Amino acid sequence: MRISKFLISTAVIAMSFVGTTSAVAQDLTLCWASWDPANALVEMSKDFEAKSGNTMHFEFVPWPNFADRMLNELNSGGHLCDLMIGDSQWIGGAAENGQYVKLNDFFDANNISMDDFLPATVVGYAEWPKNTPNYWALPAFADVVGWTYRKDWFGRPELQKKFKAKYGYPLDAPANLEQLKDIAEFFQGREIDGKKVYGAAIYTERGSEGITMGVTNALYNYGFKYQNPKKPYDLEGYVNSPGAVKGLEYYKALYDAGTPPGSSDWYMSEDIDAYKSGQVAMQMNFAFIWPGVNVDPNVGGDRTGYFANPPGPAGQFAQLGGQGISVVANSPHKDAALEYIKWFAQPEIQARWTEMGGASAMRSVVEAPDFPSKKPYNKAFLKSMSIVKDFWAEPSYASLLLAMQARVHNYVIAGQGTAREALDGIVKDWTEIFEDEGKL
Amino acid sequence: MADNTIDRIAKATPPGLAKRVRGLSDRAIAWLFVGPSILLLLAINIFPLIWTIRLSFTNFRVNRFNAPIEFIGLRNYERILSDPDVWKTMQATAHFLFWTIFLQVLIGFALAYLINKKFKGNDLWTTIIVLPMMLSPAVVGNFWTFLYQPQIGLFNYVVGFFSGIDPSSFSMIGSIHLAPWAIVIVDTWMWTPFVMLICLAGLRSIPDSIYEAAEIDRASKWRQFWTLTVPMVLPFLMLAVLFRGIENFKMFDLVVQLTGGGPGSITTLTSIDLKREAFEKWRTGYASAYAVILFVTVFGMASIYVKSLNKVKDR
Repeated sequence: MRISKFLISTAVIAMSFVGTTSAVAQDLTLCWASWDPANALVEMSKDFEAKSGNTMHFEFVPWPNFADRMLNELNSGGHLCDLMIGDSQWIGGAAENGQYVKLNDFFDANNISMDDFLPATVVGYAEWPKNTPNYWALPAFADVVGWTYRKDWFGRPELQKKFKAKYGYPLDAPANLEQLKDIAEFFQGREIDGKKVYGAAIYTERGSEGITMGVTNALYNYGFKYQNPKKPYDLEGYVNSPGAVKGLEYYKALYDAGTPPGSSDWYMSEDIDAYKSGQVAMQMNFAFIWPGVNVDPNVGGDRTGYFANPPGPAGQFAQLGGQGISVVANSPHKDAALEYIKWFAQPEIQARWTEMGGASAMRSVVEAPDFPSKKPYNKAFLKSMSIVKDFWAEPSYASLLLAMQARVHNYVIAGQGTAREALDGIVKDWTEIFEDEGKL
Repeated sequence: MADNTIDRIAKATPPGLAKRVRGLSDRAIAWLFVGPSILLLLAINIFPLIWTIRLSFTNFRVNRFNAPIEFIGLRNYERILSDPDVWKTMQATAHFLFWTIFLQVLIGFALAYLINKKFKGNDLWTTIIVLPMMLSPAVVGNFWTFLYQPQIGLFNYVVGFFSGIDPSSFSMIGSIHLAPWAIVIVDTWMWTPFVMLICLAGLRSIPDSIYEAAEIDRASKWRQFWTLTVPMVLPFLMLAVLFRGIENFKMFDLVVQLTGGGPGSITTLTSIDLKREAFEKWRTGYASAYAVILFVTVFGMASIYVKSLNKVKDR
């Protein structure tokens, strides 16, 4: 009798131990793009594993297939990802289709305040509807389009002399978009150290989002607006305003006069390759590449300078990149996933995140007095983050994006039609999409 | 010996099972064997087809589970068939289909004719020629983008070497005039060996005795070629055209890798457009209608073609 009681109580204790263990220690999968910051996150997450007892798994997909693969996962109701670091444009669809967990209550319960993050990243990565306090993600990776330039080439006296003689102002980081075009033209086809070089590597990619992420840096600064600020989804006269037409013409002129031959389908990796191999004097790219450029043996250190997207006649803006981290609604481990976000939101973890190659959007990190001087690109990063604008984050963002890709590529790269026709085409396509959505 | 084996199997069969099998007719046994295949076919081919047709009459979007699905009749079909952009993709596809098939048949047959002659190193050359078709289309697309690079690409260098044009003065995949030809060249490079192999099978199936009889009748080589070789290889050639036609109608990976459908939309083939509608814009109902239209087109054309192929074979 005693033996059986002993056995039963042992079994109960053993079972409860197993039960407790499985409730606490869980396998979590985080889904993101396959790039350097993701590797830094893997390293950092070891701290979370040690503290929580959970085991982290990672599903990283290369950028060109990232949206396809991950949106498929969300739309098919898959259970692969517990945590998703998804693109800013997905937030509308993911929120409206119930694919992300709303985080307001969780933030309140754990004293996580969105006031602690850069306002642009909160609007861009976390909120839906935009500019309302409804949070679906924690800003995870702050990113923005900016420029790198060959400081060593710009500093050569013979080139400075020639440039000044031709354009009437000194060769330096451009003060506006027109100057950027001048500089690109100046370097186009020029021989430097016995090698033919070109002006600038810009975004021209057709298949996913490349040319849109590039052209918007010109459009915004010449007066393009996504819609009437007073009447949502009213596009006519804003998308195709005279300023927007000039902005699109500017981007085509820059492509025609100042980019390497064959750069008709370039995005992040092609631009990096062109810059690091010494083909171009300037490079448009997301700021996430700057740490890599800074340590590159060919172009790193003093040889490279960084600047925010220069202003145009209508102001100074730059295309927002970056992502927020969300809990996938289908996850069977939501509590553990929220625990990860709680861990990630700690100021000391955010500080480490930036040190290890990530890009924190937390104000205590980026607004620290020593932040601008810590890295040569930090000033340009801060300036860029203060001037961001983002593409639509509507549930139909993919349709809106594909329409813009086709119209803009058709004009800028293929040279078909006029800028006005391309923008009128975008108005037509977007209007149809919003009508389909029942928003017009 | 065979009888003994059958006897042994019959004796080894348990009485219950033997009784059950003995009770089945030949027809029932035939169904027993064919049944699983038919079920599988229904599950993975027929059911999705019927489901696609059903969805093509709705506004269904697979990423909007909560949204109500409305029956919208033929609206998707109307929108597709009246969309000038869709017709442009059809034109791009027709251009790609016609020129790839034309060039592959021409070069493939010529290569097969040469390889069919007995010469030293024949097998080695055959192996070298068929190498491109063994590669993955994604890999081929990727390395041809390097070959087409104006500054470092071998293709531009070779063109420049023979023509005197500056290699960096033209971009095969960046120009609206050259890009449609750039994809034709790559597909031809990759799949001509396939056509060659089929033609080679045709050429080797022609008995030598026929040529010997023609020689005795003093038929010239030219006449032998047109009256013997071509008619006897024609069914094989037509089969190759059928295979390549169906394959190239749904061409996707190679072109996406090479041009992404650009510049502009000049190399956006129907399959690329369909994929964007279905899996990027998530317009499932619209994409289903698009798929049905393409299916009917391919199926109709292939049926007509197969009928003419059979006529040629019967001749």
